[in-house]
Amino acid sequence: MIESNTNLTATETLDCTGLLCPLPVYKAGVVLNRLQPGDVLELVTTDPGALEDVPAMARQRGDLLLSAERAGETQTFRIRKRGTS
Amino acid sequence: MTAEALASAAPTAETRRKRLALVASKGTLDQAYPPLILATTAVSLGWEAGIYFTFFGLDILHQERFRKLKLASLANPSGPVQLPNLLGALPGATAAATKMMKKWMKDARMPEVPEFIDMSRELGVRFFACSTTMGVMGVKESDLIDGCDIAGAAAFLDYAAEADVQLFI
Repeated sequence: MIESNTNLTATETLDCTGLLCPLPVYKAGVVLNRLQPGDVLELVTTDPGALEDVPAMARQRGDLLLSAERAGETQTFRIRKRGTS
Repeated sequence: MTAEALASAAPTAETRRKRLALVASKGTLDQAYPPLILATTAVSLGWEAGIYFTFFGLDILHQERFRKLKLASLANPSGPVQLPNLLGALPGATAAATKMMKKWMKDARMPEVPEFIDMSRELGVRFFACSTTMGVMGVKESDLIDGCDIAGAAAFLDYAAEADVQLFI
């Protein structure tokens, strides 16, 4: 799910450019597991599949996809970990 | 309902996690990746995941053989070395196809099979080793990587019956 809330700054940024499925989801999952509830992960990808994968990951984990932006071959997602901080 | 309320209404980890149950029945390099990719993804989504390694798929858990999985050059019209079967049967053709696929995977920065095993194991993927395969092919428990559950079909079906997604690969 996408919410038009772009005020929250990222707690951590994860660069997954050049990596293919399942690595962006795997690496994002590892970071999200470590972050505190309410923290925001900024995830940068170039795998075209990430456009579908990252929203699906957020939905399945119960995390909140705050934004998804596409610029050329790069996608930037902001995901807020489920629960309140 | 706001997006946040929807998110908080989603099933929590405390209630019940979704589960993926896979059968890995093939021991070629190309066929080793799909079960490992799916299981690694499932646990990254917060699911449980288990893979039942049976017949040649058991080579993926074999601590000698899992580094030496090969891509068949024979009867494989989709391989990186597209050879007619007559030439694909020549000595060295399978080695060449395997080498080329390994290079592709490396260039794409994909982990090798043993790395994938480590990644998925660290995230809690369960590995079931088929006891019948072990008996038929003379595989000993000490031949397998650490942390496998040796089990038969009933144990796997018991696990799979509680799964949301079951796939045979």
